[in-house]
Amino acid sequence: MSEKASFRSSGGVRGWFGRQPWYIRGVVVLLAAVAAYLLPYVGDVPLIGPQIVTEGIDWPSALFNMSYYVLLALGLNVVVGYAGLLDLGYVGFFAVGAYGTALLTSPDSILYEDTGWKWLMAVPAALVLTMIAGVILGWPTLRLRGDYLAIVTLGFAEIIRIVATSTTTLRGDRGFASIPHPPGSWGGEPIFGVTDAIPYFWLGLTVIILVILGVRNLDRSRVGRSWLAIREDEEAAEVMGVRTFKYKLWAFAIGAFIGGLGGVLFAGEQSFINSQTFVLQFSILVLAGVVMGGSGNMAGAILGGVLISYIPDRLRGLSFGDTDLYEYRFAIFGAAIILIMVLRPQGLIPSRRRAMELKDREKEVAPQ
Amino acid sequence: MDFSGLIDNFGPLTVTGLAQGAIIALFALGYTLVYGVLRLINFAHSEVFLLGTYACLFAWGLFGLDQNSAAPAVGPMLLYMLVGLIAAIIVSGAAALTVEFVAYRPLRRRNAPPLAFLITAIGASLFISEVVGVATHRNQTGVPPIIQARPVFTIGDTTVTNLQILIILLALVMMFALDRFINGSRLGRGVRAVAQNPDSAALMGVNKSRVIALVFLLGGLMAGIAAVMYDLKIGVTRYDAGFLLGIDAFTAAVLGGIGNLRGALLGGLLLGVLQNYAAGVFGSQWLHAASFVLLVVILLFRPTGLLGESLGRARA
Amino acid sequence: MTEPHQETPEEWDRENARPVDEAAPTGKPASAPARNDVRGDVLLEVDHVTLRFGGVVALNDVSFSLRKGEIFGLIGPNGAGKTTCFNAMTGVYRPTEGAIRFQGESIVGKKKHQITRGGIARTFQNVRLFPEMTALENVMVGADAHHKTSVISALFRLPRFWREEKSGRQRSLELLRFVGIAHRAGDVSRNLSYGEQRRLEIARALATNPTLLCLDEPAAGFNPAEKEDLLQLIRRIRDTGVTVLLIEHDMRLVMGVTDRIVVLEFGKKIAEGTPAEVRDNPAVIAAYLGVPTDAA
Repeated sequence: MSEKASFRSSGGVRGWFGRQPWYIRGVVVLLAAVAAYLLPYVGDVPLIGPQIVTEGIDWPSALFNMSYYVLLALGLNVVVGYAGLLDLGYVGFFAVGAYGTALLTSPDSILYEDTGWKWLMAVPAALVLTMIAGVILGWPTLRLRGDYLAIVTLGFAEIIRIVATSTTTLRGDRGFASIPHPPGSWGGEPIFGVTDAIPYFWLGLTVIILVILGVRNLDRSRVGRSWLAIREDEEAAEVMGVRTFKYKLWAFAIGAFIGGLGGVLFAGEQSFINSQTFVLQFSILVLAGVVMGGSGNMAGAILGGVLISYIPDRLRGLSFGDTDLYEYRFAIFGAAIILIMVLRPQGLIPSRRRAMELKDREKEVAPQ
Repeated sequence: MDFSGLIDNFGPLTVTGLAQGAIIALFALGYTLVYGVLRLINFAHSEVFLLGTYACLFAWGLFGLDQNSAAPAVGPMLLYMLVGLIAAIIVSGAAALTVEFVAYRPLRRRNAPPLAFLITAIGASLFISEVVGVATHRNQTGVPPIIQARPVFTIGDTTVTNLQILIILLALVMMFALDRFINGSRLGRGVRAVAQNPDSAALMGVNKSRVIALVFLLGGLMAGIAAVMYDLKIGVTRYDAGFLLGIDAFTAAVLGGIGNLRGALLGGLLLGVLQNYAAGVFGSQWLHAASFVLLVVILLFRPTGLLGESLGRARA
Repeated sequence: MTEPHQETPEEWDRENARPVDEAAPTGKPASAPARNDVRGDVLLEVDHVTLRFGGVVALNDVSFSLRKGEIFGLIGPNGAGKTTCFNAMTGVYRPTEGAIRFQGESIVGKKKHQITRGGIARTFQNVRLFPEMTALENVMVGADAHHKTSVISALFRLPRFWREEKSGRQRSLELLRFVGIAHRAGDVSRNLSYGEQRRLEIARALATNPTLLCLDEPAAGFNPAEKEDLLQLIRRIRDTGVTVLLIEHDMRLVMGVTDRIVVLEFGKKIAEGTPAEVRDNPAVIAAYLGVPTDAA
C-alpha cells in the first residue's frame, strides 16, 4: 500500500520516463549528458544562471569539486546502497588514490627519481593500489557484523590519515607539490592548465559517465542481484548459494576503485596534496550525501554528491547581515541533513529500481 | 619501535591510561545504552560530550574563573566542582534529549530505515560541533585550574595524583550507580525489557518512548561527568574534542561488547591503558592507529566484544 | 469448506492442470521413480548424529537415511528437535558427534553456499525472501547459484552474461509458473500474499537445481484448501525427480504425501517407516497424545 502511495507522490517525471520506448529514453539521456557538459556556461543563462553559479569560488572549479564528490558518492553507493555495508572510512580510498598518484609523479616523492612518471601513467597503478587497499581492509573485516564494520572502516580512514601525517615518506603537512596535470594540448596550449577548471570538469564528467555505465551493468546482473540479496538477508542469500563474502569483497574493491578514481582526478587538478586534505569528516559527508540523495539508487547518489559539494560552495562569499554564511556552511549543512532526513527518510530520490523493472517484466509474463 | 620507553615508564603509563580510560568508559556508556535499546549508533553523542566540556567552563566563568586564575582553596574548590558538574550534567543531558527529540523521534514515527538515523545523527553532530567551532573561532579554550594535580603517593617510580584518583573513583562510582539503577530499579527494569524485546515490553505496559528518552538522558548525564573530568585532566577543550574522543569511546564500547554496561567500563579502561602503552612504544601519534588494530584483532576472535552484547543479563 | 483466499482457486487449478512436462523445471531426469519405490539409492544419510548446545542435548544419536526420489517426512511434537535436525542437515549447525553424508560425501563443515551448490536446497520456517526484490529476481538469485557470470563479464556484457541472463530468466519464469505465481513475477516480493510468498520461496529453492529439497513447515499458517494445493505441488516437485524432505507437525498433511517418515521426540528417533506403520506405532501415539512413554 505504502509502496503505491510513494509511487504516485514521487512525481511524474520518472514514471513518464519509465513508460517511454527505448529510443526516447536514449534521446533524453543523451540530452541530459549534453546539458551536463554545458554546465560551465550556465551563468550565461539569463535570470536563473546568476542564481545558480557560485560567487565565492570560480564556477568551473565548483563544478569540478562536484564531479569528484559525485564520483565518491557513486562509489560509496555501491558499498552502502547496493551491498548494504556501512563504510564510514570511505575517504581512505580517496586518499590512497591521491597519494598513489603523488608518490609516483611528484618531484617531492622518494620514488620520483626512479619513476618520473606522468599523471596518466600513474593512474592505473594508483587504481590498482586502491583496489588492493580495499581488499586488504575487506578481507579481515567483512566477516564482522554491520555496525562493527562501521567502526573498523572509520578506523581505517583514521589510520591512513595518521600514516600520512606521521611517516616521512608521505611528508605529513608539507605534502606533495607539482603533481603533474593530465596530458593533452590544444593549439599548442596544454588543455589541463592552471587557470581554467573547465577541462577538469569535463574530464570528471566523462569519468562519471563511464562509472555510471559500469555500475549499471553490474547492478543489472548476477552481481547486482547478489549484492541486493546480501543487503536484504545475508543468511538467506548464502543458503541460496550466493558466495556472500566474495561479493562483499567485490563491492568493497569496486567502491575503492571508484573512490581511487576520485583521488587520482583530485591530485591531477590540485597538483598539491597533504595530510590535511583527507579529514575523516569528509567520508561522513559523502555518506550523508548518499543516504540523503537516496541510497541504493544512482540518481540519488549523484544528487547527494552534488548537494554536499554545492551547498558549501554556494554559501562561500555570502553573508547574511553581518554573519559570514561560509563560516556556518557545515552548521547549515548539518541542519539541512536533519531536515531532509526527517521529511524524506528514504532520501530525496527513493530507490525505485524495483518499481521500474516491474513494468518491463509484466510485459514478458503477460502473454502466458 | 622502542620498548625501553614502555618498560621504563610502565607504571606511569598504566596510571595515566587508567585515568584516561575511566573518562572514555563514562563517555562510552552513552553509546552502549542507546545501542542496547535502539540498535543505533548515536553518532551525535560525541557532541553531547562536547557541550558538557563547554558547559562547566561557562559555569566557572560565571565565578570569574579562567585559565589564568589561581588554584582555589579546598572549600571553594568543592563548590566549583559541584557547580561545574551540575552545569555539565544539565547541558549534556538536555542536549542528549534534544537530539533524541529532534533527530530520532520523528524518524521513528515515520518508520525510517536504520541508515536514516545514522545520517540525522551525523547532521546533528555536524551542526553542534560547527556552531561551537564558529563561536570559539576554532580556537581551543583553556580550563581554570580548579584542581591542581598533586602527587598523593608513589609506588616505585610511579606517582599517582589526586586528580587521577578522583577521575578513576568517580568513574567507578558512577558505573556502579548506573549498574544498580539498570539492574535494580523499576525504571531500569523497563530499560532492560525494551532492550530485550521492544514489542513484548510494550505489550507488558512499558512506555517505550519514555524508556528511550531515559536512556538518552542517562547517557547524557554520564557524558557530562566525563566532560568535566576531561576538562580537568587535559586542561583545554576545542570544538572537535568530542569527535576525536568519541571515536575512542565508541571503540571502547564495541571492544567491551556494545550494549553491555560492564563491557563499556572494561573496554574503556583497557583501551586507555593500551593506548598509552602503544604511545610508549611507537610514539604518541600512533595511539589511535594502535587502538583500531587492537579492535579489529579482538573482534575477529570475539565477534561480540569481550563481554558480549547485552543490556541486562538475559541475553548474556 | 474453503476460505476465500488471495488468488482464485480456478487460477491455481489451471496451473495444476497443465501437463507436468511443460511446467517442470528443466534439467532434471525425466524418469521419476514410482511413488512407493523405497528401494532407491541412498541420497542423504544421517549417521548417529548427536548435537549438544551447552548442556542441552538437542539431538541424541539420530540415524536415518533418505532415498532418491522419495518424499520423506520428519515429524514430531513441538521441541522434538525437527528443526535442529533440519539445520544440521543443511549445514547451519555442526553435529557434535556423528556424520551427515550427501551422495556419499560428508557435508559437515561445508559452507552453506557449497551445500546449496552441491544439491540441497531449503526453505525457511518463517518465510525469508528478499523483500525489496521482485518475485522474478528472487528466483533468479537461486538460479544464479549455478551461473558463472563473473564481475568482469557482467561489467563488459560478455557473451556469457547474455546467455546466462537469458536462460536464468527463462527458467525462473518457468518455475514461477510451476508454483503458480507467474502473474506476480514483476511484483516486489514484500507485496505478495502470504501464500504466494511461501510458494515463491519454494520456486527460489528449486531454482538452485537441487537434488534434495528441504521444506521447513511449508504449510504453517495455511487453511485446508491451501494445504491441499501445497500437497499437489509437493507431489509435482517429486515427479520432476527431486527428492523432498518435509518437516511438519501437522500429522494429516504428512500422512497424505510422504513415502516414509521418521518421528523424533526429545531429540531421539522413536519410530521410522511408512505412514501406515508410523500411525499405528504406540510410541508415536503416546508422543502425540502427550502420554509419557518408555517405549522409545
